[in-house]
Amino acid sequence: MSTKTSEQLEAEAQHLLASFEGKELTRKERLAIPQQEMPAQDPNERRFTMSEVTYGYSEAQARVEAARCLQCKNAPCIEGCPVRINIPAFIQAIEDREYNQSISIIRETNILPAICGRVCPQENQCQEACTVGKVFKDPMQSVSIGRLERFVADRARASAGQDAPAVKPETGKRVAVIGTGPASITVAADLRREGHAVTMLEAFHRPGGVMVYGIPEFRLPKAIVDEEIETLKHMGVEIRTNFLVGRTRKLKDLIAKDGFDAIFIGSGAGLPKFLGIEGENLVGVFSANEYLTRSNMMKAYDRERADTPIFQPRKVAVFGGGNVAMDAARTAVRLGAEEVNVIYRRTRTEMPARVEEVDHAEEEGVRFHFLRSPKRILGDERGRVVGIECLSYELGEPDDSGRRRPVVIPDSESVIEVDTALVSIGNDSHPLITQTTPELETNKWGNIITDDTGRTSMERVYAGGDIVLGAATVILAMGEGRKAADSIHRELSGT
Amino acid sequence: MNRILAKQQLSEHVFRIRVEAPLIAEEREPGQFVIIQLDSNFGERIPLTIADADQAEGSVTLIFQAVGRTTRRLAELREGDEIANLLGPLGRPTEIRRFGRVVAVGGGIGVAPLFPILQALKEAGNHVTAIIGARTRELVILEDEVRAVADELIVCTDDGSYGRKALVTKPLEEVCSAEPAPDLAVAIGPPVMMKFCVETVRPYDIPVMVSLNTIMVDGTGMCGGCRVTVGGETKFVCIDGPEFDGREVEFDNMLKRLDAYREQEQQALENCKIEEMHR
Repeated sequence: MSTKTSEQLEAEAQHLLASFEGKELTRKERLAIPQQEMPAQDPNERRFTMSEVTYGYSEAQARVEAARCLQCKNAPCIEGCPVRINIPAFIQAIEDREYNQSISIIRETNILPAICGRVCPQENQCQEACTVGKVFKDPMQSVSIGRLERFVADRARASAGQDAPAVKPETGKRVAVIGTGPASITVAADLRREGHAVTMLEAFHRPGGVMVYGIPEFRLPKAIVDEEIETLKHMGVEIRTNFLVGRTRKLKDLIAKDGFDAIFIGSGAGLPKFLGIEGENLVGVFSANEYLTRSNMMKAYDRERADTPIFQPRKVAVFGGGNVAMDAARTAVRLGAEEVNVIYRRTRTEMPARVEEVDHAEEEGVRFHFLRSPKRILGDERGRVVGIECLSYELGEPDDSGRRRPVVIPDSESVIEVDTALVSIGNDSHPLITQTTPELETNKWGNIITDDTGRTSMERVYAGGDIVLGAATVILAMGEGRKAADSIHRELSGT
Repeated sequence: MNRILAKQQLSEHVFRIRVEAPLIAEEREPGQFVIIQLDSNFGERIPLTIADADQAEGSVTLIFQAVGRTTRRLAELREGDEIANLLGPLGRPTEIRRFGRVVAVGGGIGVAPLFPILQALKEAGNHVTAIIGARTRELVILEDEVRAVADELIVCTDDGSYGRKALVTKPLEEVCSAEPAPDLAVAIGPPVMMKFCVETVRPYDIPVMVSLNTIMVDGTGMCGGCRVTVGGETKFVCIDGPEFDGREVEFDNMLKRLDAYREQEQQALENCKIEEMHR
C-alpha cells in the first residue's frame, strides 16, 4: 500500500474524472482506470487511536471507481453475494450520481450496508467473482464493491439520517428474537415490516452482538451499529437487554408463559475455544473474546473513564489467522504493546482474515510468524506468562477445506518471549439455550440443526446465523436471518 | 427496573439490599448469581451471589462487601435508586437432594450464598450442621437466619471475639471425624478458606462442594476469563459452575488468576477513595 494522503487521492480522482466525464467509455477505457485506493489514517498515528482507520471514498473517488465496473450482463458479482445485492445496478447509479437510488437498490436486499461495506470479506465473495479482477488475474484488482457500498451507505446516513422502513398494519402476532447481532437484526426488521410485534432479547447490557463486543471501533464505529438499532426501535421493535434465554427464561416458557407465537434463535457462536495446551490458564492468557470485549464493549481502552481493567501488554502473541486474531493484535498495538506477534499454522495465503485487515495489521507493525503453532505457554513462579514455545510446520496435502494441511517438523521447538497470549482460534456455538432446551436438535459441534427454511426440531422455533453455521461472517448471518424471517412470516400469516 | 426496595448495613463494609427483579426471583435457584453494572457506558460488570428471593414481591436479596470500586458505589445507593443493569440468574443451580448428613461452612461474606443452599438442603431432608466463621465479631452475618435453618450451628471467629476462637477448619475437622460422619461437605467463602477446607475434608473421602467466584466479564460463557482447572480440564465458572467438587479444583492457579488485575484494582480503589473524600 502506498502512503498517499486523502488530499492526494482526491486530486488524482478529480483529474481522472475530468478526463472522462461526459464521455461514453469503452471496455478498454474502463479497464485502464486505476483502482481507487482507500484513504486511511497514517499507520504511525493510528497506532495510538481507536478511531476508524479508513476514511471512505470521496464522491470523486467513488465515481471513478464506479466507472471501472463493466456492467456485465451475467453479473457474476451478484452470484458471489450471500444476499444477492444487485451490484451492477447500484454501481451504475453511483456513476449516474443517483445516490438515493443507489442506496435503495442495496437496501432491497441488505439492511446493514454501512456495516457490510466495512466488514464483509468481499475478496471471497462479490469481488472474487468480478470480471475486472479476472482480467487482471487478481481479485484485489476487482471493482471495489465493498468500498462503494460503504460510500453510498455513509452518504445516506450523513444526508437524511436513517429513514425507518414502513411498517404494515399490526397482525397481532408476537415474535421473540434471541440475540441482537446481524442475523437477529435482519429477522427483527423483516418481521416488523410485515406488521408483527417483535421483541429482541439481549444478554448483554447493550445490543449489537459481535458488532459491538467483538469488532473494534477502529474497524467498525459503534455509532453505526447504534444507528441501526435506533432504526429498529423507530419501527417499533422492542429491545430487552439483560435477558439471557435459558436462564432468565427458558426457551419453552417464552411460548408457554409469555405467549410468543414464534421464536428466532440468533444467539451466535460465543464460546471461545482454547488450545488445550500446557500453561493455558496462566495469568496473561486471554481468549480474544475476553480481550476484545474488555476493550470494545467495556471500553477499557479509555483508561481514564472505564472501570473495567485490561491487562497491560508489553510483548504479545496472538494465536490464529482470522479477522478476530487481527482485531486482537491491532487492539494490543493500540493499548501500548511494544511487540505483537501473530502465530499462524499455515501461510499468509491461507489466512481466513480479510486481506485489508492483514495489510493494516502489518502496516501497524504487527509481526507475522507463519507455519508455527504454540506447543505450550511458559510461566514464572507467580503463574504469569513469560513466553511461548512453538513448533514449526510445513504445508502438506490439501485437507477437507481445500487448504494445504500443515505438517509438524519434528524437533523444531523455538521460544518467543511474551507476557500476554491472546487465543483466537475460533468460537463454538453458545451452549446455554441448547443445554436448557433438550428438545432442540443439535449436531456434534452443538450447532442447532435447521431445515432450508431455518426451522428447528421444535415447533414455532427457528434459528440462524452462527448458532447454525458455526462461526462465520456478518453477511452470511444476515442471509440466514432473511430466510428464517421469510418462513416465520409465512407460518404466522398462514400462507 | 432493578429498584432497590430495602437496604441494610450488616457491618462496616457489608450490606444487604433487596432489589426489584421479578423474572430473576421467579427463576432463580440456590447456588445461582447475578451480574450487576452501575453505569451502562463505563461501569464494570461484577458477579454477586443471590442470598434470597421473594417471588411474591418480585425481588432478590443481594449481600455484598464494599471492597472494590463498584461495590463501594453500590453501597452508596439508597432505597428507591435503580441499578442500571442486572442480569441473571446465572450459573448452574446447586444439586439439591437427600445426601443424609451435610456439614456446611460459610466464611465471612460467603455465608450469604450459603444460606439459600442450606435452606434447600434442609427442605430436601438433610441433617445440616452449619459452621460460620469470620475474622471478628462484627463480620459475622446471617447468624439468626442460619440458626433457624440448621440442625446445629457452630460460630467461630479468628480473634475469639465471638463464638469459638478458631479457624473454620478446626470445627470442620471435628465434624468430619465424628460419628456419624457427614455424607457431603460444603464450603463457601474466601478462596484460601475454601482451599483449606478442601484439604481438611480430603482424608475423609467425602465430596466437598465449593462455590467459586472468579473474575468475570459477561457471565454467560462468552469471555472465558473465569476459567479454572477442574480435574485437569478447563471449566468456565459462569456456565459449568459456579459449584465444583473442591477436591478437583486447582486452587493455586485460581488464586493467581484472581490477582491478575491487582495493580489496576488497587489504583481504581485509591481513585475511588479520593472521589469519596471530595464529595
